[in-house]
Parts: sequence; C-alpha cells; structure tokens
Amino acid sequence: MSLLEIKDLTVEFPSRRGIFVAVEQVDLTINPGEILGVVGESGAGKSTVGNAVISLLQSPGRVANGTIHLKGERIDDLDEELMKAVRGKRIGMIFQDPLTSLNPLETVGAQLIETIQLHLKFNDKDARARAIDLLTQVGIPDPDTRIDHYPHQFSGGMRQRVVIALALCSDPEVVIADEPTTALDVSVQAQILELLKKLCEERNVGMMLVTHDMGVIAETTDRVAVMYRGKLVELGSTEQVLKNPQHDYTKSLISAVPRPDKRIHRFPLVTYIEDAHDSKDDLDIASHWLGKTRDYEKVEGPLLSVDNLHMRFITKHAFFKRNEQYLDAVKDVSFDIQQGEVFGLVGESGSGKSTVARMITGIYHPTGGAVNFAGANLTQISNQKELNHYRRQMQMVFQDPFSSLNGRMRVEDIVAEPIHFHKQTSSNSEARAIVHDLLEIVGLGAQAARKFPHEFSGGQRQRISIARALATRPRFLVCDEPTSALDVSIQAQILNLLKDLQEELGLTMLFISHDLPVIRQMCDRVGVMRHGQLLEVAQTETLFETPQHDYSKHLLELMPKFEGPALAS
Amino acid sequence: MLGFIFKRLLQSILVMLAVAFITFGLFRFVGDPVNNMVGQDTTLEEREELREQLGLNDPFVVQFARFTANAMRGEFGQSYSLRIPVSELLRERLPATLELSIISAILALVLGMPMGIYAAIRRDSWLTKLFLTSSLVGVSLPTFLIGILLILIFGVMLRWLPTFGRGEVVYLGWWSTGLLTVSGLKALILPSITLAIFQMTLIMRLVRAEMLEVLRTDFIKFGRARGLGNRALHFRHALKNTLIPVITITGLQLGSIIAFSLITESVFQWPGMGLMFIQAIGNADIPVMAAYLVLIAFIFVAINLIVDILYVRVDPRLRVSGGKK
Repeated sequence: MSLLEIKDLTVEFPSRRGIFVAVEQVDLTINPGEILGVVGESGAGKSTVGNAVISLLQSPGRVANGTIHLKGERIDDLDEELMKAVRGKRIGMIFQDPLTSLNPLETVGAQLIETIQLHLKFNDKDARARAIDLLTQVGIPDPDTRIDHYPHQFSGGMRQRVVIALALCSDPEVVIADEPTTALDVSVQAQILELLKKLCEERNVGMMLVTHDMGVIAETTDRVAVMYRGKLVELGSTEQVLKNPQHDYTKSLISAVPRPDKRIHRFPLVTYIEDAHDSKDDLDIASHWLGKTRDYEKVEGPLLSVDNLHMRFITKHAFFKRNEQYLDAVKDVSFDIQQGEVFGLVGESGSGKSTVARMITGIYHPTGGAVNFAGANLTQISNQKELNHYRRQMQMVFQDPFSSLNGRMRVEDIVAEPIHFHKQTSSNSEARAIVHDLLEIVGLGAQAARKFPHEFSGGQRQRISIARALATRPRFLVCDEPTSALDVSIQAQILNLLKDLQEELGLTMLFISHDLPVIRQMCDRVGVMRHGQLLEVAQTETLFETPQHDYSKHLLELMPKFEGPALAS
Repeated sequence: MLGFIFKRLLQSILVMLAVAFITFGLFRFVGDPVNNMVGQDTTLEEREELREQLGLNDPFVVQFARFTANAMRGEFGQSYSLRIPVSELLRERLPATLELSIISAILALVLGMPMGIYAAIRRDSWLTKLFLTSSLVGVSLPTFLIGILLILIFGVMLRWLPTFGRGEVVYLGWWSTGLLTVSGLKALILPSITLAIFQMTLIMRLVRAEMLEVLRTDFIKFGRARGLGNRALHFRHALKNTLIPVITITGLQLGSIIAFSLITESVFQWPGMGLMFIQAIGNADIPVMAAYLVLIAFIFVAINLIVDILYVRVDPRLRVSGGKK
C-alpha cells in the first residue's frame, strides 16, 4: 500500500467568469522513502495539488472530485478540526521563500517549541530539547545558542533549514516541499537538496517535491510527474522521463532547458506554449531605422573596458568617518568587452555582479576606478549632454519584469520615452511608427502598443523591456538576470530573441546571471565573481571544460546536472 | 539599546529647545509685556524701571537662557489675566485634561482593537459590516457635533448624565481626581466617549487593515500548514505583527488627544488645559499660551520616545544595530 494516494483529483476555482479548473483528474501515489517530483510551469497546478493534500486551498478553491488517502485513511473529507491533527503532525509542508515563512517577531525556538508542544504534548524542557535536536539534524551549527535567535539573524539557507526543522517537528509521514530551493543560491540549494534526500532516506518519509527546475528534479527525485495546464501528462521514473520523454509537452519542456554540457546555437522552440510566435522575419532589421544611422564613433580595441572598479556602500552612517561601517560590494574589478561580444558575469547573490552593471550604466557612481566606453572615461564626464551621448549607446534590461515597467503608462509611451528623451526623431508619428516596428521585432505585434503592462505575462513584459532598451539604437546592452523570473519555455524564447538581436544588430552585451547553463548558452566569455571580486575570466567553453579557480570549479560542481535526451540535431 | 535611548533623548532635547525658542518669540514679538502689566497712567520712568527689573533690557541670548531655565522648572511667570502664577494654573488644569485623555485613549484601544481584530478575522459577518458602517459615521462626524448630540440625548432628554464640568473631585496631594467620586465618574462618561469615538474608529480600521495584510503572509500560511489552530495564529502570530503600526498611530493619537481636546473641553466646559488655552487666546494671555505650547511639545516628545522604545521591544529586528550576527 502506498503512503499517499491521490486519485482522480480535480480542483476548481469558481469565479465570476465561470469555473476555472486548476487541477484535472490527477492520479499520484507516493511511497515511503521516495521523492516524487512534480514539475511544470507556472499555472500548471502543481502547487495546487500540494495545497489540496493538506486542504489549504486558497479560497474560493475547492476539491470538486477525487479522493486523497494517507496510509489507507481518507483525508480529503475530514472536517477542519480533524484536519488540523493531520497538518504538521502527519504531513509536513515546506514553502518556497524562507525569508517570509517564519514569524519575524518570535525566536525560532519559540516557533519550534510551539509546534512540538501542539503535536506531541511535551513539557517545556523536553520540547526545547527536541527543538535543539531537530536543529542539529538539519545541520544548524551551535543549536544551543541559535535556538534563541530571531529569524532575521539567520541567512536564507539557514532559515530554510529552520523551516525544514519546523516541518519535521512531529515526524510526519509525508513532506510536501513546494519549490524549497527556488529562492536560494546554487551552493545553498545543493546543501538543502542533499539534506532533504538524507531525511527521506533516514526517516523513510515520502516526499512530494514541487518545482519548475529540471535540474533539481534530475538531481533529487525518484519519480517525476509532469503537469501541464492542470493535467498530469506524464508520470514515470526520473531516468525514463528525462531521457526518453513520451509526451510532446515533456519533450518541448526538456528541450527548452538550457544545457550545461554543450553549447547549442538556438533553443528549440517550445511549440506547446501560447504567445510563442517568433520575431517577425519579414522586417529586415539591419536596413531598418534601428540598424541604420548608427552615428557612432569607430572604436579601436574593446568597446567597454572597466578599470579597477570599486564600490563602497556605507551601511552605518556616523558623525565621525572612522565610526562608519561600510561594505565593499565591488573590489577592483577590471575587464574588457570587445565589440560584438557577449560577456557573461556569473556569481551567487551578493557577489556584486549587479552592482558592476549598475556602475557601468551610471545608476551608481563608482567609489573608484574607471568605466571606459567607446574611448571615453564615463566617470570623468560631468557635462550631462556629453554623458547622454554615451548613455544613449548603452541600455539595460532588468531582472524583474513586473516592477521595471511603469504600470500607469501605455506600452507605446514606455517604449517611446527613450526615443523622445534622446531626441531621436523629430515627429511623434515617426516615433510611433518606430515603436510599432520595435514591438513587431520583439514578437509582440503592433497591437500591443495601446495596452498597459499589467495586461501582459512576465515573458511578454520582458519583451517590452527589450523593446524599450532597443529604442535608442544602442550598441551595448546590459542584461541583468533577464530571465531568472521566467519559466523555462519563456526563458528559451527570450534568450533566442536576445541572440537574434545580438547577431542582426551586432550588439555588444554584458549578460549577468547566476544560472550557469544559461551563461553557457549565451556568452562568448565569462567572468566569475564572488564577494565583490572578479576571480576568473575565460572563454566560456574553456571555463566549463577546464575551470582554473577553485571557486569556479566549486560552482560548476554544484550546478544541478541535467542532461536531456540525446539531441537529434 | 542604551545608546539608542541616549541618541533619542538628545534629539528630544533639541526639539524642546526649538519649541522653547518659538515660544520665547511669542513674548518678544506679540505685544509688549510691560504694556500688558501696567496701567494707563504709569510714567515712562516707571516703565523703564520695570523693564530693567524684568530683565527685558538684557541681551537676547541672556533672556532666552533665562526663559529656558525657568521653563525647565515649570516657571512661566504670571498669567496676565488671572494674576496667578502660570505654574499654579497648570497644576490645577493638567490633571483634568490628562484624566480625560487617558481614559478616552484606553477606551479607544480597549474597544477599537478587538473590533478591528474581529473585523479582520470574520470578514463577512454582519457584525463586521455593522462595525465598518458605523465607523464611517465615527470618522466623518465632527467631534463637537457628537458631543452636542450626546449632551442632547443623555443630558437633556434622558437626564442620566451631567452635561458639563468635572463633578466632585478629590485631592491627592496637588493632583485633583474625579475618578474616586460617583459624580466625577459620571461627569467623565460623555466627554471621554466623545473624545474616544474618532480614535476608536481609526484604531479599528487600522488594526483591521494591518491584520488582513498579516493574515495573507507566508508565515501564517506556514503556521496553518504546521497544524496551528486559529487562536494561536490570530492572537499570537498575527496580532503581534499588527502592533507596530498600531503603536505609532496610537502614540501620535494620544498626543493629539491631549493637545487638541480643546473642542471637547469647550463643549463640556471641562476645566482642563484646552479650555484654559482657548480662554488665554481670547485674553492674549501670553505666559499661559507659552506654557501650554511647551507642555504639549513636551508630551509629544515624551510619547514619541516611548513609542520608539516600544518598537524596539516588539520588533527584534531593530534590537541589534547593525543587524548581522
């Protein structure tokens, strides 16, 4: 008999416009000691399955059909009181974001002890002893003192360990982990996944691991369930599903995952995703306004060179200089980017890679060092007009597609703004025509112009950002994690788009990512950063095949190994 | 923590000095104090002598220093109109205002918080709708109108409660209190309700909004997934997180209740500082106005200091400066 058995599960969300079926007739089983991966893109209903199991569906969602059995005992029709005894006690849950999963005003000990006492009726002393024991098991050093610390005193990875300890308080039989490592850095991710695997083995717990990350699936799970639009499209052993996918959706999903092991020219298009029409080929970009009249100075040598760039943030202001506390976010970073080259910067969060990008584009003024662009030292120019001349040539695409567009402006105005600011055209009608062409080029179509940003999905918004960045006819584009907020299939489209544009317009690019496979697919050369320092710069292929610096080796080792099916092409 | 309090104290002193400066300006620039004190037929020599006596011929800085030193001891000179020392007047009026404001602040908190919590937890119950609708009335009706309506209903028509004054008071040292006599308590009911209604609706709406916000957070969801019951989630985890903005607003509101109880005090002829202030304005009684300004500023500064310290008590994230372990 399997531990958890989900049969014919259908979850509905009634709304004014009719009933939205989030999960449709899903059958899943989990065995003791097994990790079942549930994979799919946003909106596929994979989290809803997990929430339905512990009956914490967001209102007004409801289980419309199907049964859920835990060790043969039916749990989907329990009333709230009886269900409370199942939640936490027999089924533990781990959420995505460790930064918000803990009550910030209570010590981790208080939260652990509360949960332990709730389920196990221990007295204060025993509960505390168990809490310390749990913290030890999840690998928190010095648990005797750490237990009295508040969540903000732990790092993200450590907090996720606390969250896991909380989920394990009363030895649950099943653990549902909903994107447990998505918010974490690769090295921390590897540790947490290792921990989850170990716990499953040692305690014989059955785990449902919900994720969108194929790498995580490949590394951790025994079996995989692939979900697409609320339906279970494929279920099988991890090995079989990844190497030999049967369903078309699984095939295209897997082909969209950037491969860490090999560079391919373009991502195969995911035909299963709507709004995936490729950029219009009937527009010849090079002879268009965008490609023409690029009145730039000819540059000999590198287009951009950064010399000993340094950035110091003051973290604590004080009256006397010596009492100030500061953080050196970027320390003496130097590199060159040749014309037409795609240069990658890779590193974990806090490594200073975004700060470098912001100094290059002038959002931050560096504390020291020089940014040389097209032969001019940008940090020395104080004349705004002269500076704008160079600023126009470099544009930036930001990470978060939701907050980087002004929600009160129409797409047309958003894209036209830089054109007007830099006085690229004299007439409004000409600007409008250019905006329409730009929207065609990034694959949105001219009809997008009259809409507002909120009418678009994340991937479409990122296309708007790219259109805006191209509007000044730049020759240098900075992309700061342009796809890390997006699903893999959308990511593949955006990366394809960037590749096409780079080739057709001969753009030079600085591409920042924490995702090594993406870097491998996109970049010609890569710099590895840690703690504000640039540790290694190498040709991409050289770095991936024979990394020199220890940290680069370490990063590559931690990268979830996902090797898709043998490529047909 | 001590360093933090010390820093705040220093800032408070700066604020108080600024207020003292402005108040001092009142004496210097609003009318001539000598003219206010002497009769029509005083000769110029006598006036000059009085000036010398009062130190009005001293340099500006010396005068300001003297004023500040006196103010710190609670000395603001004589009231022009009542001919008694301002400090005595304050001593007489302060207890009335403080009692009224503190009782109504407590009333507002004790009623407003549970109502807000209830409205957040049971979002769709008919009682919540009633609270929300009636709170609109509370926010939109001006205080004086509520006061007059209450007087009309309970004082004039039903004749249950007195409509003005403090009733009998008992003296505990120099502090006069109406809390120990029946008539004093009765007299307190209408004005304190009048003063509390606006604060109560404000607190209720604030608590509700904050609580709804907190109930949507991940740690509440995670708590639910751990099997925690509603009571633990609502009152232990959610309420504490709700408190931070509530403390701010309540602190500021308490300050303004004390400072601006003048409308209520005049409607109910409550012998407090507000009423005194209004009369002082009418009589151009500068020492009284000055004393009132300094005192109110002091109360605001003190409350803000307490609020800041409470923040640090409630929110551990503020406790360690620098934050990192």
